[in-house]
Amino acid sequence: MRNIKFLLAGVVFGIILVKSQVISWFRIQEMFRLQAFHMYGIIGSAIAVGMISILLLKRFNVKTINGEPIEIPKKRFTWGNVWGGLIFGLGWAITGACPGPLYALLGSGFWVIGVTLLSAILGTWVYGLVRDRLPH
Amino acid sequence: MNWITQPWPWCIAGPLIGLMVPALLLLGNKPFGISSSLRHICAVCVPARIPFFNYDWKRESWNLFFVAGVILGGFIAAYYMQGADPVKINPQTTALLKQEGVKDFSTLVPTDIFSLDALATLRGLIFVVLGGFMVGFGTRYADGCTSGHSIMGISTLQWPSMVATCCFMIGGFAMTWFILPYLIKL
Repeated sequence: MRNIKFLLAGVVFGIILVKSQVISWFRIQEMFRLQAFHMYGIIGSAIAVGMISILLLKRFNVKTINGEPIEIPKKRFTWGNVWGGLIFGLGWAITGACPGPLYALLGSGFWVIGVTLLSAILGTWVYGLVRDRLPH
Repeated sequence: MNWITQPWPWCIAGPLIGLMVPALLLLGNKPFGISSSLRHICAVCVPARIPFFNYDWKRESWNLFFVAGVILGGFIAAYYMQGADPVKINPQTTALLKQEGVKDFSTLVPTDIFSLDALATLRGLIFVVLGGFMVGFGTRYADGCTSGHSIMGISTLQWPSMVATCCFMIGGFAMTWFILPYLIKL
């Protein structure tokens, strides 16, 4: 099963999300109320480490474990980045969780978050339905 | 300090999260991101002839394994690493939230707002159902979430991700400061 390695990567990510309390609604409140550095430190240092890693991978021309050259998909700007971003931001402050934490909270035994996750799937589905009528 | 039972500080957790970016690239050229999994779930379960959900999702199945791992990781951390202990937040935040009407501070989320029983109330519906809907709709409309845009996108110097991240934060601040206090009081 070639996908098992991604399952294991997910396990590691899930453990980090819980142990750093990123999945806590209270931590997100602290962040948006500018009353703690915790979340800013996590996102900031994650970006810094991600950036340095990418530079090193490129500099040393590192290949994937299958020997392929590393490819980074380009993101194209659409107005969806703005409108969708604002809608997600408003929702993020309510649920106190972005998609990764929703999965981790469910695993942590907060069953009600299963409803939030289903609702997020429904939101994604409705987006797919009305996509052509939205400004992009 | 016992690293298994104590919460992890930002300077450990942040860099570890950052390492997910090269790890997924090295394991098979996968871009770090979570919210795409919601689209794949739609494509698997209810594509309903909507063009946006009719694509070869099997090529993206790694992402579903990844989020299944996140659920499993959440379980391991919460049940075997004391991950669901009370969160030591800034006492000012606690005081403010108490004043606004939040009662339960004993675990990761306020269970007076987030519980299956609370679903019968308007407040519960807004926090659990409407909030989730906005997260799902918004991330797909924005083409990514905190992991795909804020971490993967900004790490790879893509300006649309910077724009999206700024909008995430503007939306979050607007909700927290101007709307949420009224929602908590409902």
